[in-house]
Amino acid sequence: MAEGRVVGIDLGTTNSLVAYMQGEAPVVIPGVDGSNLVPSVVALDPMPAGGGRPTVTVGNSARKSLIETPERVIYSVKRLMGRGLEEVQSELKLFPFHLANDVEAGEVPRIQLGELRFTPSEISAYILRQLKRNAERFFGEPVTQAVITVPAYFNDAQRQATKDAGRMAGLDVLRLVNEPTAAALAYGLDRAKVGTIAVYDLGGGTFDISILKLRDGIFEVQSTNGDTHLGGDDIDNLLLAIALDEIHAEHGIDLRKHPSAVQGLRKDAIDAKIRLSTEAVARFDIELPNGDRYQREIPREVFEQLIEPVLERTAGPCKQALADAGLTPEQIDEVVLVGGSTRIPAVRKLVDDLFHLAARGKKPHIELNPDEVVALGAAVQADILAGSSKSTEEMLLLDVTPLSLGIEALGGTVARIIQRNSTIPASATEHFTTGVDGQTNVAIHVVQGERELAADCRSLARFDLKGIPPMSAGLPRIEVRFLIDADGILKVSAREQRSGQAARIEVKPTYGLTDEQVESMILDSFDHAEEDFAKRLLIEARNEAETILTAVERAPQSPAWQQLRGEEQAAITAARDRLAQIKQGEDAAAIRDATLALDQATRRFAELMMEAAVTTAIRGKTMEDAGEELGDAVTAPHPMAQAEFK
Amino acid sequence: MLKVIDSAVPVACWSCAVAHNDATLFCPHCSKIQPPPGGDYFSVFGLVPHLDLDLSELEHEFHRLSRKLHPDRFARAAENEKQWSLADTALLNDAYRTLKEPIHRTEYLLKLHGAAISEEHSGKDRKDPSRVPADLLEEVFELNMQLEEMRTARKMGETDAELQASLEQAKRKFDGLMDEVDHDLRVQWKKWDEGDAGARAAAQKALVALLNRRRYLNNLVRDVTETLGA
Repeated sequence: MAEGRVVGIDLGTTNSLVAYMQGEAPVVIPGVDGSNLVPSVVALDPMPAGGGRPTVTVGNSARKSLIETPERVIYSVKRLMGRGLEEVQSELKLFPFHLANDVEAGEVPRIQLGELRFTPSEISAYILRQLKRNAERFFGEPVTQAVITVPAYFNDAQRQATKDAGRMAGLDVLRLVNEPTAAALAYGLDRAKVGTIAVYDLGGGTFDISILKLRDGIFEVQSTNGDTHLGGDDIDNLLLAIALDEIHAEHGIDLRKHPSAVQGLRKDAIDAKIRLSTEAVARFDIELPNGDRYQREIPREVFEQLIEPVLERTAGPCKQALADAGLTPEQIDEVVLVGGSTRIPAVRKLVDDLFHLAARGKKPHIELNPDEVVALGAAVQADILAGSSKSTEEMLLLDVTPLSLGIEALGGTVARIIQRNSTIPASATEHFTTGVDGQTNVAIHVVQGERELAADCRSLARFDLKGIPPMSAGLPRIEVRFLIDADGILKVSAREQRSGQAARIEVKPTYGLTDEQVESMILDSFDHAEEDFAKRLLIEARNEAETILTAVERAPQSPAWQQLRGEEQAAITAARDRLAQIKQGEDAAAIRDATLALDQATRRFAELMMEAAVTTAIRGKTMEDAGEELGDAVTAPHPMAQAEFK
Repeated sequence: MLKVIDSAVPVACWSCAVAHNDATLFCPHCSKIQPPPGGDYFSVFGLVPHLDLDLSELEHEFHRLSRKLHPDRFARAAENEKQWSLADTALLNDAYRTLKEPIHRTEYLLKLHGAAISEEHSGKDRKDPSRVPADLLEEVFELNMQLEEMRTARKMGETDAELQASLEQAKRKFDGLMDEVDHDLRVQWKKWDEGDAGARAAAQKALVALLNRRRYLNNLVRDVTETLGA
């Protein structure tokens, strides 16, 4: 393909994924560790001894640092995207990160990570760059164009911050797609359907509901609603708070003062939450710093009572979306569940109640993995934009703006100029004039939201119409055009009609980075140069080869090795020697082929090791002891895959 | 972040240079996308201004044009075509949003013909007796008293079943009156669409009055619904 590929990216609160269209079906591109999900965690490695900039790691390897060096790790950064200082401050009460202490009001807040400070967009850029690299490694060629998903209820500033992150990561962001709409695309691909569907998307940190009408390949969003502050994180925090409070009360230890202990406990809370989706009870059993144990049972009923207020907050947006679409629950033909939090049985019950599903003999759609469906849909949209494939040429997505756009009128009220749920691109033209003779400036304040007073809405931008020819008050007629583009981002233009002059506009976004700032934050990546790209592929290929060679080196010490037949052992040894030799060369593709060959040759051996590990555990040894005997093999399904952080 | 866009309108096709009138989205000669055309919302759909629209036909045309104009179809096009696709699609969406909704469509067409349509009233205007349709004066007065009573009761945490029933009855009545207005609007649409200049002028006058009455009723029903649902 001359123009290169377009990949679809789900930049999630908890996990991020990259996917592409493989023929007629979207597939997720795995990372080096074989995992489809890249945890949205960014860690700063220790400062190099000789000075300079510490390297940044992303994903599973960064998660390891959560407990070791919590002050150098950040997660759930999506909750901070496009937010102002005050919002970030209130958000940070729930998280162990800190604002840089020199942040001023009106600036984009920066997070202190070790010695360095980063804007939320920069942190997201590191995640995006990792996904970009995963895709490049997979294709063996550079990837520069992407579709990135955002919560449908993201406002202008949050969208712009996401787009900025893409640019910093060296990606040309062809489109921002709303997550629930992307999910609908993924589901709608294999069945040319006519009907009305609702997508209920409860992720790690955001909630969206979208109602769409499907017809002849056109996906027309009727209405959308949501809460960009609601998700699995909130549920984790509830469980975490219980444990912290009880530990404090019963054992007199305030763990809140120990970030790494809180991180450990958070992980236990998440594990308990996940277990409660399939089991009737989960347990906390935690060793405290003073040697005491905190033990606690959480029955599912208790958990469901605890999270009811969180789940109930999704009901209002659903009802509003139905009302805005002019539909009753009975008129919804299908409901699609998206986001990891929809695995919780209480969530499914709530959705069932909201849309009267069981009563109508219907079930929500959960066929596609709720963690992957958004990325798959992003890949479909990427394919639509690339315009190069038969399977998507009849498809078109018509999305809406989630929030009304208004301008501040006299007395601080809002004059709405584009209503929420208008199909985008959408525009509105307003006329302004002067109030004083000879006035050459008019100030305009643009806001987003549904409240009556501008102060209660989200301030988007203030701008001055300048250079108005001096005339009597009320005589100039300045036409200002507001346009929300297909990404849901506002653009403004203006002209003075009597003089025909295009009025100069100086737009000062209330939140956000200037073009120059974004430019200066572009990750000093060497992604662009072909030569460097080849160099990087070679380094990565060698690293992968090194990983598997190390694992195979230890193989003969394992009891499983003796269970292999002679020719199997010989095949492994031959593949190992071949890889060791080719690794010295410069051909990245050859190294990867040889790595793959060794991987294939050791597949049965890996299975035997797993079996051995399980048997050892049954004999009374703990998994941990077994792990020491067997190296990384216990936690990793295969030597190729790096150990998952436990 | 905000960006300034430009929307200059050439008359000759930018691509093949063949001149065409500026009310077309695509060049009739080379089929390339054109900058946003002049003309009204009806002309976007190739329609003459009229009120009794076939909505399923309108939707069909909206989808057909969306497939050709949408920015998704121009993701890798040249910058000028991208900009026009964006502007044209915004125009198409604005036009569809206005025309598919009967009241917006009627207001839009009347404004095109120079009628003065009053803007949305604030809550205060509603209580202004001069704005109340004469035949409803007494009932509206009564209703406003009841709404006030209901809100006070709610604030005190009391429930008044009798008042509730009475408000529900009033809501049904006003809903019924709205249906009547909608029916009358349809009758006047036909008169406007099919009549000569004189009939049109008469229909236009009737439509303006009906729209004002409808807006008034709509606000009333919304008030009652909000108070009942609070």
